[in-house]
Amino acid sequence: MASENIQIQKIRNFSIIAHIDHGKSTLADRLLEFTGALSDRDKQDQFLDKMDLERERGITIKAQTVRLNYHAADGRDYILNLIDTPGHVDFTYEVSRSLAACEGALLVVDASQGVEAQTLANVYLAMDINLEVFPVLNKIDLPAADPERVRQEIEEIIGIDAHEAVMASAKEGIGTREILEEIVRKIPPPIGDPAKPLKALLFDSWYDQYQGVIILVRIIDGVVKKGDKIQLMSNRKSYEVLKAGVFSPVMVEATSLSAGEVGFLIAGIKDVGDAKVGDTVTLLHNPCAAALTGFKEVKPMVFSGLYPIDTNQYEQLRDALAKLKLNDSSFSYDPETSVALGFGFRCGFLGLLHMEIIQERLEREFNLELITTAPTVVYRVHKISGEVVTIESANMLPPLGEIDYLEEPFILASIHVPNDYVGGVLALCEEKRGVQREIKYLTQTRVMIIYEMPLNEIVLDFYDRLKSITKGYASLDYEHLDYRRSELIRLNILINNEIVDALSLIIHRDKAYYRGRDLVAKMKELIPRQMFEVAIQAAIGSKVIARETVKAMRKDVLAKCYGGDISRKRKLLEKQKEGKKRMKNVGNVELPQEAFLAILKVEG
Amino acid sequence: MQTALYIHFPFCLKKCLYCDFNSLAGSPVKAEAYVDGLLQEMALRAGVLSEPASAPTLYFGGGTPSLMDPKLVGRIIDTAARLYHLASDAEITLEANPGTLSKEKLAEFRSAGVNRLSLGVQAFDDRQLEMLGRVHNASQALAAYGLARDAGFTNISIDLIHSLPGETVDMWGTELRKALALQPEHISAYALTLEEGTPLAEQAATGVVELPAETDAVRQFELTTELLQAAGYEQYEISNFARPGFRSQHNQVYWRRGCYLGFGAGAHSFLREAPHGVRWKNADLPERYLATLAHRTLPEEEMHTLSRREAISEWLFLGLRMLEGVELAEFEDEFGGAVTDLFANELATLTGQGLLLMEGGRLRLSPAALIVSNQVFLRFL
Repeated sequence: MASENIQIQKIRNFSIIAHIDHGKSTLADRLLEFTGALSDRDKQDQFLDKMDLERERGITIKAQTVRLNYHAADGRDYILNLIDTPGHVDFTYEVSRSLAACEGALLVVDASQGVEAQTLANVYLAMDINLEVFPVLNKIDLPAADPERVRQEIEEIIGIDAHEAVMASAKEGIGTREILEEIVRKIPPPIGDPAKPLKALLFDSWYDQYQGVIILVRIIDGVVKKGDKIQLMSNRKSYEVLKAGVFSPVMVEATSLSAGEVGFLIAGIKDVGDAKVGDTVTLLHNPCAAALTGFKEVKPMVFSGLYPIDTNQYEQLRDALAKLKLNDSSFSYDPETSVALGFGFRCGFLGLLHMEIIQERLEREFNLELITTAPTVVYRVHKISGEVVTIESANMLPPLGEIDYLEEPFILASIHVPNDYVGGVLALCEEKRGVQREIKYLTQTRVMIIYEMPLNEIVLDFYDRLKSITKGYASLDYEHLDYRRSELIRLNILINNEIVDALSLIIHRDKAYYRGRDLVAKMKELIPRQMFEVAIQAAIGSKVIARETVKAMRKDVLAKCYGGDISRKRKLLEKQKEGKKRMKNVGNVELPQEAFLAILKVEG
Repeated sequence: MQTALYIHFPFCLKKCLYCDFNSLAGSPVKAEAYVDGLLQEMALRAGVLSEPASAPTLYFGGGTPSLMDPKLVGRIIDTAARLYHLASDAEITLEANPGTLSKEKLAEFRSAGVNRLSLGVQAFDDRQLEMLGRVHNASQALAAYGLARDAGFTNISIDLIHSLPGETVDMWGTELRKALALQPEHISAYALTLEEGTPLAEQAATGVVELPAETDAVRQFELTTELLQAAGYEQYEISNFARPGFRSQHNQVYWRRGCYLGFGAGAHSFLREAPHGVRWKNADLPERYLATLAHRTLPEEEMHTLSRREAISEWLFLGLRMLEGVELAEFEDEFGGAVTDLFANELATLTGQGLLLMEGGRLRLSPAALIVSNQVFLRFL
């Protein structure tokens, strides 16, 4: 068991890159089964996706990792570490750290669907750090499979040799051995020196209620074992290693983890926020000379208000947020009060998907019914007094008379896109107030478009629009740039002449008129008819710029009672009532959840 | 125990295009065999009742019960009298399709004991009748009505449907006047409901037929009340109108949460057993209904014991369908506690919106609330 005995030459560290639904989790199951890591007895489909939500949405939120023992065709025994990666633009940083723990990656592509946008972003990340990427064509058993076309597509769009792509069907167990052989043959072993001071990459961490924080590390140099005093280099906090080991796939303790290996450490870390992804782990008394490059603190970029529909659920919501925060240091929450919605929280997320995931978990795992307000970014307000304050919602804006000017965050957006779609993407970026920086032809057919863009345009509908314009072929990556002065104003929405604070927005002056008009039109569609007329207005200051009316309900009556079938009547009424559940009373008007997010459905 | 009786005869000559009720055309089950089963069910049920029943009403619904041999109707009525103490002056209603009646048959129904006819006229316009997929035409409806009068029926109800595809407010007014000209004792008038999965709903979804605009449908609903009230009919329930003394006794049992026993395939029953009543239904398919009875077993399904909460909501959403509304003191007797405490906020909102009226110890829908009554009922679920 001693890891010193493991020859680094026999280790292969790899990830699987795949689009949602292209079979990553099933393939991982097959690899586990084939290597005996997963017996039929404890088999549970899609082992790697632990959370229900992950399994259901087919996406991986938290990375998992597993060690496979493989007896290869060359007669030797190898240790294959499969490092799973989350799969969405919001988690790009986490993906990049997971990939940084590997030497290679499998690119799994559905042989009937072909290359999809989300795959691209991760492939580029992998190629950027020089991982050995080799393609696997999955689902070749499907009648619609067209391996030749997809092979060509991979070569054209991604620019890697797909000639020797493995043909597989994870569902049918076809190609599993070939994939394992390719991993051994193509992916280089890690390079590292066990004799050097410990230098390890922390690429995932989570909170376990029995063992505290568990961190996943890739040992670059050196050795770590139980009893060692380790230090996290970003915050200089030190801990004693209580357990070290690997997942195979269950937790197995090891005497030590050595250069090239991947495993877990349990070291009495209480707060998951102290174990940041990308950090370097070293020994307190024999530290490495320099931390690994690429560490960055992930900060919430997108904020939205979460309010319980039933005001009695406020305490429950607070407890639920605290529990989620235990495992996810990247989101934040602070109490917030809205005139319209009552007591709730202003929460910060990495991006829109992250926001959706947290909301869904709150509703599903904690049985909460929530109203979510439209996402916003963090603005800087420069006051006439010289003071600068940051605000995360329109309602935090100081009185107009105190404001000198506003600044909004800009990002640098990199969009990879096949050249057919360049025109559409450029038009979209311009519409979203982008400033063009560069258009690069990576190959004859592949273009990278780089724009400086206001983040507030991105958090609304940019990503959805980009996907639809490019039929899903664009990939978006972005990094934070700076704050820029901007002509921003507050747009208020009035329902029956009362401002609904939870619907107020900060938007660019040039867009206020059209956005306001489209927004009230959209809300008219979303607000169901009530027993009275509902007026929806958009206003800047006291000036109303748009108005729509939802007419009063005229007719809602059940007809005949066939032969005393009262249950049927009840069911019909209950179904109708169910539709009202996600409504929040604002004044005497019932507003559905969708109305609060209507701005996301407005183009422009 | 007072309990109304309902008899379901599920067979039809042809299924109407808007109907999603438990009715069948071309069933292999013969009417005689079906009625034998039905009589057996009546006997089995009588044997398990906790106390002897007495029945104020008997109602033959369907399907098309007027397709039955009057002799079979007579046997059922006799059985009801014997096993359920059907009162000698009981209201005995038969739903009748105008296309299935003859002078002789009507006379036989009458001598079998039927004293109220509910004529499924639906419309007096042949094109509309065809669109609905009815087997009769308008002149048959008029003729059937005349024959029924000739046969001595003094309590006749006419069923009408408004807001049909292509129907204007004027057209509906004409329909109502034609109905009034016949001077029936009772009129039921419903807006057409498109039931999921019916051919008519499909036609509406694909644009083959087009329902009237909402304002027109609302107007047709209002016009019904106006014209019928002017002609001396009381609107005693959202969709039911009667001349004084001719309300449907049987249907009022439903609205008032009275007991009723339903016999036949798919029939529904309700008994006010402690604490808050129990509802069930029979197997829908006649074959299965009969097969169960062949084992001397009651074909009951979906037995549901009501919770207090459910009983309360029923009490309100059924009772409020009657224009006289519900009596608050009765609620206290039944459920303990006052409805005004239990639904303080809801009542405040609804009376504030002018949808509910509270006066003289009663709670009732305002005239304006009738057409949006679901919006009221929803509050009490």
